[in-house]
Amino acid sequence: MTGTGFKRWFHRFGSLPYFYDVSARWAVWLAVPAVVLIGYALVAGLFVVPPDYQQGDVFRIIYIHVPSAWLSLFGYTAMAVAGVVALVWRLKIAEIFIVAAAPVGASFTFLALVTGAIWGEPTWGTYWVWDARLTSELILLFLYLGVIALHQAIESPRTAARACALLSIVGVINVPIIHYSVVWWTTLHQGSTVSLTGGSKMDADMLWPLLAGALGFTFLFGWLTLWGMRVQLLWRERRSRWVMKRITHG
Amino acid sequence: MTSVFSAVLQRDLTVALRQRGTLVHHLMFFVLVVALFPLGTNTDGTVLVAVAPALIWMGVLLSVLLSLNDLFKADHEYGMLTQYLIADEPLAIIVAAKVLAYWLTSGAIFVITGPVLVLMLGVPVAALPVMIAALALGTPVLAMIGAIGSALTLSLPRAGLLLSLLIFPLYVPVLIFGAGAMRAAIVGLPVAGALYVLGALCLLAVTLAPWVIAAALRVGLDT
Repeated sequence: MTGTGFKRWFHRFGSLPYFYDVSARWAVWLAVPAVVLIGYALVAGLFVVPPDYQQGDVFRIIYIHVPSAWLSLFGYTAMAVAGVVALVWRLKIAEIFIVAAAPVGASFTFLALVTGAIWGEPTWGTYWVWDARLTSELILLFLYLGVIALHQAIESPRTAARACALLSIVGVINVPIIHYSVVWWTTLHQGSTVSLTGGSKMDADMLWPLLAGALGFTFLFGWLTLWGMRVQLLWRERRSRWVMKRITHG
Repeated sequence: MTSVFSAVLQRDLTVALRQRGTLVHHLMFFVLVVALFPLGTNTDGTVLVAVAPALIWMGVLLSVLLSLNDLFKADHEYGMLTQYLIADEPLAIIVAAKVLAYWLTSGAIFVITGPVLVLMLGVPVAALPVMIAALALGTPVLAMIGAIGSALTLSLPRAGLLLSLLIFPLYVPVLIFGAGAMRAAIVGLPVAGALYVLGALCLLAVTLAPWVIAAALRVGLDT
């Protein structure tokens, strides 16, 4: 892309009505792969893949659990990147992304915790252990909730979004520190109780649906966030003419 | 730049020392949180020694949370903060002086009274230097990170609960290493590692946080 081409693209991207119109088309390109990939992952994971030689059928929850956990981290990192973009270039779209991605990311974090607990009961005999990964994931959930709460508390949408941008940047610096401190804390207590990799390599038959699931969940994340952004956009600009035009004319 | 730093530091210290009541309240709160805890357990010393590090740090976290609300509030109400925002001097320097003054009048209280309280909980005297070091290295981090949250929630009417949700997750490393160093000291394990990490966190917070706080103030006041 040439310099001027990029500039034009940047400015067009900064235009909210333009984004609103284009994002409707993008949503399709996110939704179709999301449905196909998650569908494949679920069908293959639940019916095709053979049961684990140790855990039996219980392990099949991995096809929800691991993609959710991946997205909990991906979502927060994406929010922090958008936070830098929002604060440095003052791009409104990036602000809206943070606001829209926070609830989606928090949901995936919650899903990862819940599926982990459900998985933990039959395999480790307990719903919850103060393991490094579990604890970091729980704190990550609180970081998400903090961003959401801050956004709800501040009335002016621009100020709220920029405060959230700053908070997610501070949070993302802290996520690795928190993770390693929790690792240190648990190793002080006892040896690692659980290791998700378990030393045993995954068979390719089991791995492909998992990768497809992770990719599909990522598309789902993008899709949900995009719709959240569109809603945010309409709400934020509800007094502007272009919103009126689009709502009255469909 | 140094003159504005010392001027703000001096001013904030003077203001804080003239409001001794507030200082005493924070001290009382901290002492009460720690002193009431044993009443909820039995008088068996081993339990108290085991939970002493966690208890001290919980007391510190709660007291910090309470006092953080006022960190920028008075300056905001009297318009002083606006003057800081439009001043020629970098806002980060001014903010660093403010947080240092805040730490000297609150964090330092914990460093002094914390050891006395852990003695009441039955912690051996030999562990006290580590306690003091951990508190001295950890509380500046709490003050710096807390100031970020305080700046972000500055213009909100009831920010207390929100503030706890914003900053407590970020306090996890300090809690783990601060209490970890104390626990190790109580049972006689090496403490250097935890203290080094606390020192690193302290340096990181002291060098980076003032800029973040300054940015947060600008966002919070919408300039």
